[in-house]
Amino acid sequence: MDNERWLLPEGVDEMLPPQAWNLENLRGNLLNLYRKWGYELVIPPFVEFLDSLLTGAGSDLDLKTFKLTDQITGRLMGVRADMTPQAARMDAHQLRRDVPTRLCYLGTVLHTRPDGFASSRNPLQIGAELFGHAGAESDVEVLCLMMETLKQTGINDLYLDLGHVGIYRGLARQAGLDRAAEQALFDALQRKAVPEIQALLAELAVQEPAAGMLASLAELNGDDAIERAKQRLAEANQEVQDALHYLEEVAKMIQQRLPNVPLHFDLGELRCYHYQTGVVFAAFVPGRGQEIARGGRYDAIGKMFGRSRPATGFSADLKTLLQIGKWQTPQPDGERIYAPWSDDAALLQTVEDLRTQGRCVICALPGQTGAAAEMGCNKILKKQDNSWIVSSI
Amino acid sequence: MEFDGCITIALSKGRIFKDTLPLLSHAGIVPADDPETSRKLILETNHPHIKLVIIRATDVPTYVQYGAADLGVAGKDVLMEHGGGGLYEPLDLQIAKCRLMVAGVKDAQLSDSRLRIATKFINSTRRHFAAQGKQVEIIKLYGSMELAPLVGLSDLIVDVVDTGNTLKANGLVPLEHISDISSRLVINKAAWKIKHRGIKRLVDALKVAVDERSSEEKNHD
Repeated sequence: MDNERWLLPEGVDEMLPPQAWNLENLRGNLLNLYRKWGYELVIPPFVEFLDSLLTGAGSDLDLKTFKLTDQITGRLMGVRADMTPQAARMDAHQLRRDVPTRLCYLGTVLHTRPDGFASSRNPLQIGAELFGHAGAESDVEVLCLMMETLKQTGINDLYLDLGHVGIYRGLARQAGLDRAAEQALFDALQRKAVPEIQALLAELAVQEPAAGMLASLAELNGDDAIERAKQRLAEANQEVQDALHYLEEVAKMIQQRLPNVPLHFDLGELRCYHYQTGVVFAAFVPGRGQEIARGGRYDAIGKMFGRSRPATGFSADLKTLLQIGKWQTPQPDGERIYAPWSDDAALLQTVEDLRTQGRCVICALPGQTGAAAEMGCNKILKKQDNSWIVSSI
Repeated sequence: MEFDGCITIALSKGRIFKDTLPLLSHAGIVPADDPETSRKLILETNHPHIKLVIIRATDVPTYVQYGAADLGVAGKDVLMEHGGGGLYEPLDLQIAKCRLMVAGVKDAQLSDSRLRIATKFINSTRRHFAAQGKQVEIIKLYGSMELAPLVGLSDLIVDVVDTGNTLKANGLVPLEHISDISSRLVINKAAWKIKHRGIKRLVDALKVAVDERSSEEKNHD
């Protein structure tokens, strides 16, 4: 045990040099991008009361959230596992604006268990949310901002996946499924487990045409899925028709604004189904088994905070983006200047001047191990006559 | 058949490999080596873009989930243990069929206290007994489950049963049916979206092969 003190908990990671600087640089760059798009930065707390953190969210988020007891009120607090509900709370309760509100955020979230392979339990969530507009235009705006985020990070070769949870919701309502049945079918549909879906529909005695339409969701995917869905789901209720129409509208706008991004539709894909209410989207890159950024519409959360506001947004893990992207921190010359130890006032003044110019100066310490080269320095301060000059090693 | 983009298919040696081959050949895919005689873990096929990787059956969902293979063939027993997260399983290949069952010593008197169950299917076992309102003690084993009740390690076992001969040879009888097992085609989510055309074509061809085979079997009966 004693010699394993250095071990970090499973799935908890840290950033070392030079990655940490890279990350910090990328972070600043992305927040600057959001600022230029008019997104205001918010810094929600790392912990808050559990009921507020889990508002409108499903049991998935509940399981993912670390809990602790507040010693002052005795209430349960949670360490945030997702910052989206926090941003929604800020919009609905703190800001209370009538105009569309754009918020962005960045912070560490904590997960009780890793999401999957090599995924961190302490991701650095970055995201943007747009509140106060119900329509395809705001979905398209956040989607474009998501793609711009990935582009700036140096991730090319992106694939976009689009769906709409209203299609499944509407069909489930038409079939008269109760909550438990809707959940069971949802699980099978997430895995596109056609044999199980058929068995479940038979067991629940779902009538045609709803049964056939629900089963078809597992197959309504691909770039022509909307066209096929129009025929296949022709007998569906108005809710489904509206959702299909909405999705088509979003797709048209995306194709216009991002003509080079391959679009894939999946009407059975219902990620984060519990708080999503409309269009859902995710970005994929080849060679990575899971999505790298995702988002969608969630109009219901604000209501739980006392003010119903339409909402849409996206988020991603900044550490994942840094890992797969080609982000390089711009370093003009990588200059590191080594200053020998001395209490000569002229040297101290020179060091201060250099630093004021934004140059990197490392002061030697008396009796230290290693000299300029070992310290990773490529220049050195030398005394010539009575002044200190930067010269190469 | 044309497939755009590289496709990697994960298979396990033995029964699944043997039963999957005719289905793959129906889709026009023929491996260049036989894994039973070759020691290679990556097999080339007659398609330059398509490779087969030979791994342990329980590892297939893991390889596919993380995108190390685009698709694979895995038993439903393995998938139920794995949980199936991050995977699509659109097609029942109707091969390597068997049953997941509770078995025990014939006519044994079971105690009323907490039963001890030896199995390698811990999640399925817990779910099965919990659904009956029973709390059980689960002992995880990796093989030779039939031995456990004979030497007093457990009261019952949960295992896949094909012909039932192994049970019989050890004086055990099947007691409860948990579920029917067959092999499923599993697909990585991202691969499904990114290489959709090629993978969809392959899935469709396999589906035709499965349907043809089951109708042949019907005619045979």
